[in-house]
Amino acid sequence: MNATDLAGASNAAVYASMSTLSVAMIAFAISFASGRRRTQQAQTQLPVFASIGSTAVLTRPEPKVPAEAEAGRIFANVGMSLTWLGFVLLFVGVVLRGVWAGRVPWGNMYEFSITSALGILGAFLIVSLRRDVRWLGLFIVIPTLLTLGLAVTVLYTEAAQLVPALKSYWLIIHVSAAIICSGAFTLAAATAGLSLVQSRSERRGRSVLAKVPSADKLRTLTYRVLAFAFPLWTFAVVAGAIWAENAWGRYWGWDPKETWAFITWVIYAAYLHARSTVGWRGDRASWVAIAGWGAFIINYFGVNIFINSLHSYSGV
Amino acid sequence: MNKESPTLPPMGTFGFLRYTWRQLTSMKTALILLFLLAIASVPGSIFPQRGNNPLLVNEWIAESPTFGPIFDAIGFFDVYSAPWFAAVYLLLFISLIGCVLPRTKVHWRAMFAPPPPAPRNLLRLPESMAFEVGAPANEVLARGRRYFSARRWRLLEADNSISAEKGFLRETGNLLFHFSLILILVAIAVGGLFGWKGNVIVREGQGFSNTLTQYDAWGGGRFTGASRLSPFSFALDNFKVDFDRSEAQRGAPSLFEADVTFRRAPGARVETARIEVNTPLEIDGAKVFLVGHGYAPHFIVRDLGGAVVFDDSVVFLPQDGNFTSTGVLKIPDSEPPLGIEGIFVPTVASNNLRGPISTFPGPDDPAVFMSAWRGDMGLDAGAPQSVYRLDTAAMEQIGIRALRPGQVWTLEDGSGSIELTGFERWASFQIAFDPGKEMALLGAILAMTGLMLSLFVRRRRVWIAVASTPEGVTVVEVAGLARIESADLPGELELIRAAVSDLSHTPSGKTVIDSTVVKE
Ligand code: HEM
Repeated sequence: MNATDLAGASNAAVYASMSTLSVAMIAFAISFASGRRRTQQAQTQLPVFASIGSTAVLTRPEPKVPAEAEAGRIFANVGMSLTWLGFVLLFVGVVLRGVWAGRVPWGNMYEFSITSALGILGAFLIVSLRRDVRWLGLFIVIPTLLTLGLAVTVLYTEAAQLVPALKSYWLIIHVSAAIICSGAFTLAAATAGLSLVQSRSERRGRSVLAKVPSADKLRTLTYRVLAFAFPLWTFAVVAGAIWAENAWGRYWGWDPKETWAFITWVIYAAYLHARSTVGWRGDRASWVAIAGWGAFIINYFGVNIFINSLHSYSGV
Repeated sequence: MNKESPTLPPMGTFGFLRYTWRQLTSMKTALILLFLLAIASVPGSIFPQRGNNPLLVNEWIAESPTFGPIFDAIGFFDVYSAPWFAAVYLLLFISLIGCVLPRTKVHWRAMFAPPPPAPRNLLRLPESMAFEVGAPANEVLARGRRYFSARRWRLLEADNSISAEKGFLRETGNLLFHFSLILILVAIAVGGLFGWKGNVIVREGQGFSNTLTQYDAWGGGRFTGASRLSPFSFALDNFKVDFDRSEAQRGAPSLFEADVTFRRAPGARVETARIEVNTPLEIDGAKVFLVGHGYAPHFIVRDLGGAVVFDDSVVFLPQDGNFTSTGVLKIPDSEPPLGIEGIFVPTVASNNLRGPISTFPGPDDPAVFMSAWRGDMGLDAGAPQSVYRLDTAAMEQIGIRALRPGQVWTLEDGSGSIELTGFERWASFQIAFDPGKEMALLGAILAMTGLMLSLFVRRRRVWIAVASTPEGVTVVEVAGLARIESADLPGELELIRAAVSDLSHTPSGKTVIDSTVVKE
């Protein structure tokens, strides 16, 4: 395969992934909406799914699942399968991009973005192997699609060589840690956001999001994801500092990118503190988790594009 | 207990101090100070900072004469050395110390104390279960003891109960993490007080020796004397740079390396090294980094009679990504003094309409656009002058001209000629000495270790209580407590149940009371 073929194949895989994920998003959205009206009897509205659903009831010893909720579950499963497919396609796209460029595919913002999208999906799918998080699918696929959409429209650049400052194995260490964190932070922001909605409806005594676990469970999930991501982010920042020492002669220089990495870190440290501070445990801690993600996003898009920084490798 | 005591602080000076200290070291204060630290860091990412880019700061202030000085006065251009920024992090660290020291004491004691005895009613605890075992009570306790000892739990045994505790490394890790933050802060302070950093431009074929006078810019901490500069020297033998020619990233640097020869001290053996962007040269703890490069056009200036009055290359500073570079040539000794302002363009724009602007950073079609001046250039006024700027206030322009290498410009006033023979390259180096960085790295590694222990170790207490019944079976109650949700206590209790029951001996073989049943 020559270079143009590789480029075309990579782009095609990314686009195919986006289409797949768009369908996944619709499936998740239908599933989500059907869960909201669980109390209404809607068997007559969806006879087809009810009959498909009955086979599922046979295999699963769960008593009397309303037909519509059952349909919702099927859509959720379709969404999950499509998300896996989208993940694989995106993986192929990222790998081909790397092969095309002859290096790790993290040389500019287009490449960071498609890899981060892969990180978001990966974080979600890994969690989905261990517990049922189909209800979360919609809130994962949407940010992934937004990231990919931005990548292919605004941020797209042809592959090129790395600028000398990026030619270092620290690139691989530092950036891969940051990309995994981007996935975990996004996941945690989604669960934290849902926990806020959930806790509001719990206070009002009715559940809007019937499919979604209780606010308490969501908070615990948020905590677990962040308890994993925080040390990794610490590592990413330290690795970045070591690299900066190697490249520029100082391990910390308050460059805007470094500053926002620090701000992100401090906010997540505050989140961990909030979890053990009376009066901060519930919704407030969730807000702090969302704020941390906000700082991460500002660092990712804002600093790369709008602020003149040593780290401006965006290529846009 | 007196009802008012929680709300009213004990007064008097000592009481007030103690109250303040308690507030400062409370978790809520720590939280708020962390938020303040995050917010205080923001302006430094929006406004240019003197430490990184002094020129941009001056420009900013010059461009907005009303707000510039105000922002300057409140330290927005030196955020990370501003007193209010220092106040936030110092308060945070005082709070940290005040919080961590007492916790260390408590933790130290707890490490040597046995676990607390079993509460009277174990089934009241949120995670608990009860079941029957056929074996006698002391056998059940012995099995429990074996289970805990094999997993290195800490034990307290009583007549008919066992208390067990595990996961002290969690708190140890947490304390280690917070102490390491202090270590990192100290390391930063050491680097700031004893370290130094300087910048120097070296032309190809020229040398540098590590003394203050040779630096173009130098900054050191309070306790750094010039005496701390180790006496090394190096020469830039060969500098290679290349640029991307692909359409997408045309002009992006693709290669960037400096071959140097150096001596660790005068008279020491000559060594060679290649300095690249990610591979500095380390000499005596100081590191020499390659940070930039540019062009130095070479001129020969002759006077009226054809005698050479100047023959050297002159460093021009790049102004844009395509290395449109500006520089100045001063010949104060000629009569009258001659000054030349020049713009070096490595690749002249093909449509010359855009003036002297380069279209590619590589020297595809180099030229120098010059403007020559004669007269007093103000060198005698005593004020130090930049070598990159010509003060033309009292000078008279005698002509402008563009030269390609090899061309000669005979000055219009007939006072001599200027020849552009070609160009050399220069590289700029940052030379830094930071005696705190190893300590900072150690602090970072310890902090990460502590953090992982603190987040991943599960701390929990488990109790087993036994009672014999007249029927000859033993009723066993097991209960646990954990401070975090992720401890998976139910799973742990199940394991313990399996360990202490010998199911073949159980008469009924089934659980009498289950924790969920008890709660409902
Ligand atoms: C430089 C400022 C600080 C930073 C960056 C920081 C960071 C952290 C982090 C990341 C954690 C979570 C990891 C863990 O559970 O061990 C934590 C926990 C903790 N921090 Fe800090 N901390 C700081 C200052 C303080 C201060 C001033 C206090 C005292 C008021 C404090 C008390 C605690 C306590 C008690 C925990 C354990 C919370 C728990 O059990 O979940 N920290 N800190």
